Amino acid sequence: MSQTTDYRISHLDALEAESIFIFREVVAEFERPCLLFSGGKDSIVMLRLAEKAFWPARIPFPVLHVDTGHNFDEVLQFRDRRVAELGVQLLVASVQEAIDQGLVVEPPNKMRNRIQTPVLLNAVEKYRFDALFGGARRDEEKARAKERVFSFRDEFGQWDPKNQRPELWALYNARVHPGESIRVFPLSNWTELDVWHYIARENLELPSIYFAHEREVVERDGMLYAVNQYVQPRPGETPRVERVRYRTVGDATCTAAIRSDADTIEKVIAEVATTRVTERGATRGDDRVSESSMEDRKREGYF
Amino acid sequence: MDLLRFATAGSVDDGKSTLIGRLLYDSKAIFSDQLAAVEATSKARGDDYTNLALLTDGLRAEREQGITIDVAYRYFATPRRKFIIADTPGHIQYTRNMVTGASTADLALILVDARNGLVEQSRRHAFLCSLLRVPHMVLCVNKMDLVDWSEEVFTRIRQEFTAFATKLDIPDLTVIPISALKGDNVVTRSSAMPWYEGPSLLHHLENVHIASDRNLVDVRFPVQYVIRPQREDARDYRGYAGQIASGVLKPGDEVMVLPSGFTTTVAGIDTADGPVDQAFPPMSVTVRLADELDVSRGDMICRPNNQPHVAQDIEAMVCWMDEQRPMRPSGKYLIKHTTRTVRALVRHLYYRLDINTLHRDESVEQLALNEIGRVRLRTTQPLLCDEYRRNRTTGGFVIIDEGTNRTVGAGIIVDAA
Repeated sequence: MSQTTDYRISHLDALEAESIFIFREVVAEFERPCLLFSGGKDSIVMLRLAEKAFWPARIPFPVLHVDTGHNFDEVLQFRDRRVAELGVQLLVASVQEAIDQGLVVEPPNKMRNRIQTPVLLNAVEKYRFDALFGGARRDEEKARAKERVFSFRDEFGQWDPKNQRPELWALYNARVHPGESIRVFPLSNWTELDVWHYIARENLELPSIYFAHEREVVERDGMLYAVNQYVQPRPGETPRVERVRYRTVGDATCTAAIRSDADTIEKVIAEVATTRVTERGATRGDDRVSESSMEDRKREGYF
Repeated sequence: MDLLRFATAGSVDDGKSTLIGRLLYDSKAIFSDQLAAVEATSKARGDDYTNLALLTDGLRAEREQGITIDVAYRYFATPRRKFIIADTPGHIQYTRNMVTGASTADLALILVDARNGLVEQSRRHAFLCSLLRVPHMVLCVNKMDLVDWSEEVFTRIRQEFTAFATKLDIPDLTVIPISALKGDNVVTRSSAMPWYEGPSLLHHLENVHIASDRNLVDVRFPVQYVIRPQREDARDYRGYAGQIASGVLKPGDEVMVLPSGFTTTVAGIDTADGPVDQAFPPMSVTVRLADELDVSRGDMICRPNNQPHVAQDIEAMVCWMDEQRPMRPSGKYLIKHTTRTVRALVRHLYYRLDINTLHRDESVEQLALNEIGRVRLRTTQPLLCDEYRRNRTTGGFVIIDEGTNRTVGAGIIVDAA
């Protein structure tokens, strides 16, 4: 931690201190917390903060991956390596299994983002989690800009934006009845650029798809989708090889790449600092359904 | 680069959304897809202009009703500072949201329309910010273009507000004439008002001195969590994790643990990045003590010659935040104060404060949603606390209804015994 004699710390240190406080608060007040891990950069930063919050003890809660079955191979390999290094327990809730068991129905467009929610809620019920850490940030989306750090969910996992608990100072209300839970967002006050600066400072390893590489893509709705086993060219679409990178990592069917030459962290930071499009706007087909699609999904129990 | 949190209060009529939109746009924190979405929505609703309020009104109900209901957090950065804006609605029915936004703010930004001057709402905002001890206040006299950039109008409003602020104990007040719509004195100095010699708003936000706002005198370390690794290589490790509330703590310092009153010394202050030779707010650290004491969450580490109150009788100002049930004398609640949660009884409700006139109504029998009053509480366990005016972390608490688990109120400690 960088510090000077005038008792000041940098904004990254202040954000880190706040996030560590939130992690500790949850572990002190809840019975069964759990960290949602997607393999994306935000959850990688979350793991780092959790590691710091409890050092020299191990991270005292398991990691849950809601696996849509549409993953980038690089991300799964990375996930397995990282949890092994940290010695944390990995739980996987499989969307494919839920489809096979008839629990959820795959939508005709094959986007599995929306059907992740019941799979997540099932896992919460099965393991009786009362607090779930998520890597969502308030700068990502305008419904998220209104969400609390401790976000109360009823027994159906639903968010009620009009009935949120007031959150003053750093006094978080952790009380729930059995079956209810709290979603906790330690990165609430971080921006995309803060996350990248932190990744650079902490020298965190990321899945390679975050950096510029050559990939076969098709252009769809103005976005570049990778051609792979899940996304096949439709009539009229011509696959071509482009130099791209991913700004977000999610389900391979609804996460698009951007054209980019940024193949190092420094170049990515320079790119993010000058971009004029939000990361979800640039790369997430699931947010394009309507102006309220994020709010609607959150009301259903999504992160 | 450091961090400044500021709260804004006001309604669309004051030009608040235009001002925030301009700060965000000029600092490149609004993205073109967000702007395109807002333009499309404005057009579909038949608005005559691009309604920048839609950028912050994130909930469907807010867009439908054209009002801001809840606190929205917005972020922007300049090369000098990162800023977190708590954008709060201004109407009286949203007092609880303003109090929430102000609770963590280093600075409050209040807007008035130059044509109307000070109105009831401006006085109320200033009062709430002073109650929550926001250390810096900026009054923006907006829409100067609509009063012909008149120095006379500006001076009259400034004098009136300054006179009012004197009664409120506002430590640092800056008054800036602006036109949010045209951009005058927002990011750059205005050429339309050569008589104004102060900084632009952004320049002030970038340079206002906040480092000395923190209390670096009274060592207060609320123990948040005890770290005892269950691993071979660190089995004897026992550390007390928490965030420094105030003061500067160093290895070797003689300290006292409350409420037990045992004294010991600081053996070391750890972080995952290695030990540090001092810890101060807002650092999150892990403190090791020289002696094995019984220390747990909710305890407080301080210096023996500078202790907080260890008190069960608490005099406080309370803002009630629950729409379902009012606060009544003899009501029982939970109090969350630093890392300690205790039960409390409302012993006495002295008065309700009219937050527009500051008149005290001593005839009241309850506090309803958004009402502020002075109470005396009796707690089952002692709070380790300071007066809020001396310490915003150890002087504030929230009130939780044990039946519904809702956060029903916020309190600031005036006195304790």
